[in-house]
Amino acid sequence: MFPVEDVLAGNRLALARLLTAIENDTPAGRAALSALFPHAGRAHLIGVTGAPGTGKSSLVNRLAYHYRHPPDGEAPKTVAIVAVDPSSPFSGGAVLGDRVRMRDLTGDQGVFIRSMASRGSLGGLARMTAGVVQAFDAAGYEIVLIETVGAGQAEVDIARLAHTTLVVEAPGLGDDIQAIKAGILEIADILVINKADRPGVENTERALRNMLNLAHPLPRVYRHHGALQEVLPAVAEAPADEAIWIPPIQKTIATRGDGVPELAAEIARHRTHLEASGDWERRWRARLQRELEDLLQDALVHRWRREIPPNYYEDVFSQLVQRQISPRQAVDALLNGGREA
Amino acid sequence: MSASERKIRVLIAKPGLDGHDRGAKVVARALRDAGMEVIYTGLRQTPEMIAEAALQEDVDVVGLSILSGAHMALAPRVLELLKANGQEHVKVFIGGIIPDEDVPGLKAVGVSGVYGPGTLTDQIVADIRQIVLGEEAA
Ligand SMILES: Nc1nc2c(ncn2[C@@H]2O[C@H](COP(=O)(O)OP(=O)(O)OP(=O)(O)O)[C@@H](O)[C@H]2O)c(=O)[nH]1
Ligand SMILES: [Mg+2]
Repeated sequence: MFPVEDVLAGNRLALARLLTAIENDTPAGRAALSALFPHAGRAHLIGVTGAPGTGKSSLVNRLAYHYRHPPDGEAPKTVAIVAVDPSSPFSGGAVLGDRVRMRDLTGDQGVFIRSMASRGSLGGLARMTAGVVQAFDAAGYEIVLIETVGAGQAEVDIARLAHTTLVVEAPGLGDDIQAIKAGILEIADILVINKADRPGVENTERALRNMLNLAHPLPRVYRHHGALQEVLPAVAEAPADEAIWIPPIQKTIATRGDGVPELAAEIARHRTHLEASGDWERRWRARLQRELEDLLQDALVHRWRREIPPNYYEDVFSQLVQRQISPRQAVDALLNGGREA
Repeated sequence: MSASERKIRVLIAKPGLDGHDRGAKVVARALRDAGMEVIYTGLRQTPEMIAEAALQEDVDVVGLSILSGAHMALAPRVLELLKANGQEHVKVFIGGIIPDEDVPGLKAVGVSGVYGPGTLTDQIVADIRQIVLGEEAA
């Protein structure tokens, strides 16, 4: 059994080892996750996704630094960072390089950075990223920043895991709407245009704003001198509304830190929105339900495989291949017939 | 633990003030191609930064790329810090320009391997497998 108490007491070596056990999905890692489960659920999970090289790691570095050194009057928050990079499909190995951009955070006991290889899973995260995040959450980190693989497409997994998802764009990557990946609005809570010191920011911003206007064409109806007037909002000026969240666009220069306090303010505003609208709870309920159902499916299949008589599966499958039975009939046979057969 | 669950994790760091990391990157890629997970931390790392990263990443091995001639100061310091953090099991190797007469001294303070400019990366891969997996099997 893993020294879960040590992890809860803030022992960093115990935490580091636990993360390895979770990542390797060992029995000890699984048991520890169960033991830690009651302690998790408090951290603000922030996803950072976007195409390769847009500046995700640099931005994570700055954001974490901001949480550690907040403006006067605010308390510093502890920060964990999970940075996922791709595994080589050929060797299974990986070079994990996100730490290179996170030098400003060294020597701070309030920060813990962990690199993860994707280990063959697609979608920007590793299979055990959620487990690693849960361990950080249980260990008391108030903010967990999750950097995805820069895969260049809208990653649904991160939006499911995180409370707040930042999609990072940069000028010059192709600034028309088609070039900006379809589906990013489904996952973006905040759109970040990083490298705002680069030429072409206006084009990127215009493209994103057009996309937002297409996605949120909510006509607002105002009474004006007794007559109804319909006004299509310019999204940027739309007032914060509890019920509907329109992703704000924030420009940053991660190398210098410009725009980072404003970005942190938008992240805080999103959290307030989630809590006020009930989405905070809805999101974690949905996440737990998905996890439950995934695990249940795995367990059921596993149990069924243990109980099915040897060769029965092969028999049914060969009947299927010979088109004596349909796939649906094969399932019926496998679920019901196995015992009598 | 089964082989499929076990991934060797290696931290590659470049301490000291000299400014190029070509060698370190070549080694990092070779280890990746051998199926290892390599955490690459970049230039100008202090021993404190290296030990901290080794702890957070729970690595099996730390590789130091040293061209500045400061190996006799840097390597013992890294080993000392690893130990202070409870990571005495972590193996340390050095790549770079190390005079032959310094090698025994480095080994004496606990450095597992010293690799000069001509070393084949296959050799480093084999040695790391040996010291990490060989020890576990024993
Ligand atoms: N000019 C400029 N360069 C930046 C900015 N932010 C990051 N960069 C540079 O862009 C490069 C990539 O930055 P990273 O932070 O590594 O980007 P990333 O998205 O994490 O990259 P991957 O993890 O490889 O997908 C580095 O050379 C950074 O220094 C910025 O705001 N302006
Ligand atoms: Mg990165």
